[in-house]
Amino acid sequence: MIRYLSTRLWHSAITLALASVVIFIGIRQLPGDPAIAMAGEEASPEQLDAIRAKLGLDQPLPVQYFSFIGRLLQGDLGKSTRTGTPVTDLLGSTLPVTLWLAAYAIVVAVVAGVLLGVVAERFRGRWPEWLSNGFALIGLSVPSFWLGLLAILYLAVNLGWFPASGYVDVGTNPVRGLYYLTLPALILGTGLAAVILRQTRASMIETMSTDYVRTARAKGLGGGRILFRYGLRNSLIVVVTIVGLQLGGLISGAVVTERIFALPGFGKLTLDSVFTRDYPVIQAVVLVITVGYILINLAVDILYSVINPRIRVGSN
Amino acid sequence: MQQDARQHENTLLSVRDLEVSYGGNPVLHKVSFDLKKGERVAIVGQSGSGKSTVVAAILGLLSGAGRISGGSILLNGEDLADASEKDLRGIRGKKIGLVPQDPMSNLNPSMKVGAQIADALASNGMRGREAIKQRAVELMTEAGIRDAERRYDQYPHEFSGGMRQRVLIAISLAGEPDLLIADEPTSALDVTVQRQILNHLQTLVDARGTSLLFVTHDLGLAGDRTDRIIVMAEGRIVETGTPWEVLLNPQEDYTRRLVAAAPSASLAADPTSAPMAERQGPEPVLSVRNLAKEFKLRGQRGRRIQAVDNVSFDVQRGTTTAIVGESGSGKSTVARIILGLETPTAGVALIKGESIATSDPRTRSALRRIAQPVFQDPYGSLDPTFSIERLIDEPLRIFKVGTRESRRERVAELLDQVALPRTVAQRRPHELSGGQRQRVAIARALALEPELLILDEAVSALDVLVQEQILDLLGDLQDRLGLTYLFITHDLAVVRQIAHNVVVMKTGKVVEAGSVDQVFLAPSADYTRELLGAIPGAAFAS
Repeated sequence: MIRYLSTRLWHSAITLALASVVIFIGIRQLPGDPAIAMAGEEASPEQLDAIRAKLGLDQPLPVQYFSFIGRLLQGDLGKSTRTGTPVTDLLGSTLPVTLWLAAYAIVVAVVAGVLLGVVAERFRGRWPEWLSNGFALIGLSVPSFWLGLLAILYLAVNLGWFPASGYVDVGTNPVRGLYYLTLPALILGTGLAAVILRQTRASMIETMSTDYVRTARAKGLGGGRILFRYGLRNSLIVVVTIVGLQLGGLISGAVVTERIFALPGFGKLTLDSVFTRDYPVIQAVVLVITVGYILINLAVDILYSVINPRIRVGSN
Repeated sequence: MQQDARQHENTLLSVRDLEVSYGGNPVLHKVSFDLKKGERVAIVGQSGSGKSTVVAAILGLLSGAGRISGGSILLNGEDLADASEKDLRGIRGKKIGLVPQDPMSNLNPSMKVGAQIADALASNGMRGREAIKQRAVELMTEAGIRDAERRYDQYPHEFSGGMRQRVLIAISLAGEPDLLIADEPTSALDVTVQRQILNHLQTLVDARGTSLLFVTHDLGLAGDRTDRIIVMAEGRIVETGTPWEVLLNPQEDYTRRLVAAAPSASLAADPTSAPMAERQGPEPVLSVRNLAKEFKLRGQRGRRIQAVDNVSFDVQRGTTTAIVGESGSGKSTVARIILGLETPTAGVALIKGESIATSDPRTRSALRRIAQPVFQDPYGSLDPTFSIERLIDEPLRIFKVGTRESRRERVAELLDQVALPRTVAQRRPHELSGGQRQRVAIARALALEPELLILDEAVSALDVLVQEQILDLLGDLQDRLGLTYLFITHDLAVVRQIAHNVVVMKTGKVVEAGSVDQVFLAPSADYTRELLGAIPGAAFAS
C-alpha cells in the first residue's frame, strides 16, 4: 500500500508541474493587459512601462515562470495586482467558504443520491421509482442558477425558511454557519445527487440479480441485510468511481452558486480575478483547482481499494 | 392404507403436478416426484430441460417474471408453492440448503469468506460473535478447508474454485437442513477436484442423514452419486429409475440418446477410428520439441512460474492427438505457443518443419493458414455484430483469397461441410444455438483449407448430445479432408471418443504420452490413473 501511495504521489507531482506550465502560459494568452487594468485607460506609455517593470512583466516568459515557481516553493504566491493584498491571504479567507460548501453539497448529494437510488431499485415499476426518476431528470436537466433563483424566491423570500444570501463562518459558529450554507449546498448538490442516483440504481439492479445475492437469499437472509451487505456495498464500487469523476464539476458549480447566494468564496475570487486580469490571483486560483482535482482523484483511488478488496491485494 | 401412511411419513419432499410459467408460457409441465428422508435423487437433463427451474421453484427463488402457476411442493407436509416470502425465509437455509453451481460467482466478492458463513449461521438464529465464529471455522474444517482459522478472514478471490465450492458447501450445511439441493455443484471444476468435493459432500450428507437432490447434466455422475435418477427434457419428466435401470436399460428414446452420447458412460466403447500405425507418415505435421514457457508473476518481483516445462510430442498427418490436463497444467499455453500467440522461453513448436515464433512474416502468415484454432466458448469467439457469412469469410478476406462471388460460394460450401443450412449465412450469432455456433467456428477455421486444427476445449461448453454431434462432425471432416487435430481438453472421456494419441500434462510437464489404448488400458503414471479413476460413471461402462 505504501509503495502504491508513493508512486501515486510521484505521478501527482509530475502532473502538477506540467499543469503549472500550462496555467502560466495559458493565462498570458488571455486578451487584455494587467497594466492597463491597474492604471486605467488614460495612463501614459511610461506609466504602463513602470507598472510592468514593477510586476516583472517586462521580463522574458521563462524568467517570469521560474521566478514564479521559485516564490511559489517558498509559499509566496505574490500580491493581487488590483488590491495589493497577498494572494495567500485572499485564499485563506475564501477557500474555507468554498470547502465547507462543497463538503456539505457532497454529503447532501451522496445521502440523497444513494438513498433514492436504492429506493428506485427496490420499488421498480411503482410510484417511488417514478418519483426518484423525476428527481433525477430535474437534477440533470435544470440549470443550477435557475434552481437557485427558484429556491431563493420560494424557500427564502416567500416561506422565510432560509436566508436568501450571506455567510457566517462555520468555524466560529457551526450551527448558524451550516444553516446559512444549507440552501446553496442543496442547489450545488442537486446535479451530483442526480448522477449518483442514476448510477446507484443501475448498479443495484445489476448487483441484485447476481448469483451471490441469490445464494444469500438461499441462506435464508432477510431483505435488509442482503440489500446493504450484498447489494449496496458491491454497487458502491461503481458509484465511487463515477462520483470521483463528477467531483471536479463541483468546483465550477461553486462559482455559479456562490454568485447566486453572494457567498464570499473561492468561486467569487476566481471570477473577480479573471475580470480584472489579476495574474497572480488567477494563477493561484487555477493552481488550487488543479491541486484539488489531483487530491480528489487520489482520494477516490484510495477509497476504491478500501471498498473493493480485490484491488487492495493487487497493489500489495 | 397403512402402508400409504407409512410411506407418507417417510417422505420429505413431495412435488405434485408442478407447473412454472414465465409470462403466460409454462416452462415446467406437471412435474411430480418424491424424495424420501435420507434419499439421494438426481435430476438429469440438458440445459433448458427445466432442471434448474425445479430447484428455483422449490426454494421460491424463481428469477424475473417466473412464478409457480400450478401444483404443489410439500416439504414435510407444508406447501411451499403458496408460502409467503416470510415463510420461505424461515425455510431457506434452515430446512433446505443450496449448493449453487458456479463457485466463482456465488460468493460476495467484497465480504470475507468467514463472514458469509457467519451470516448463514446468524440467519438460522445463532447468537454470540465468538460462538458463531467458532462454528463457522468448524464448518469450514468439516468442508475440507485446511487452516480454516486463518482463512476465515480472507476474501473469496484468495480462494481457488474448488476451495470456494467448499465454502459454499459449508454455507449450505450451516443451518443443518433436512434437504440439500446441489445444483451442478462441480461442473465448473476439474475432475479430480470434482471427485474430492463430491466424496466429501457425500460423507457430510450421509453423516447427517440429509436428503440430497442432485441436479446435473452428467448421467455418469448421477449414476455414481445417487439412488434414483429423474431424467428431464423440455420441462417434463421423461423417465425415472435407479441408476442401473436408467443407464443400462433406458426405456425412453431420449434417455437412450442421452446415455449413448454421455462420454463417461460409454468408456468401454471401441475407439472411433482405424488403427494408428498405417496413418503414420514420414514427417509429422506438428512437432513440439523441448517446449518451455516461464511467466513472471505480476507484482511479485523475481517470482516466476513454469507454465510449460520441457514438453515434446509429434502429431502425424490425419490423426488426432489430445492434450489432457487440469486447469493450470499448461495445456492451453502449449496451444497458444503453437499458434504463435505466445513466444516460448525455450524449445520450438514446428508446423511442417517451421516455427511460427522464429520465422519471417511471410512464412509466419503461411503457417497461420496451415494451423487454425477453434476455441472453447462459441459465445465469446464470434463477434455478435457480424453476420455468419462475414464471420466465416473473414479469414479469406484477411488473406485476400478470391473475389466477392467466389468467397460467397466458398462460405456456402463450408456451411455444407459443417452441416448447417445455407440460409444461416445472413443471420447473426445470437440467433444460433451453442452447437450451431461451434459449427460456425469450425467452418471459419476450415475456410483457409488448413491442415492442422488446434481445438482448445472446443466441445467443453456444449451439452452432451450436441457435443456428440460436433465430435462426429470432426471425425467425419478428418476422414474426408485428411485433417490433423490437436485436441486440448480436461475431459478424458471425450479423448477416448476422438483421439488416437494422448499426451497427459500436469503442472507444465508431460507425465505420460502414448496411444489412447495404451494410456487408458495400461496407464503408467499415477496421475493418469487418478484422472481415469475420477471419470464419473465408470462403474456403468463395463
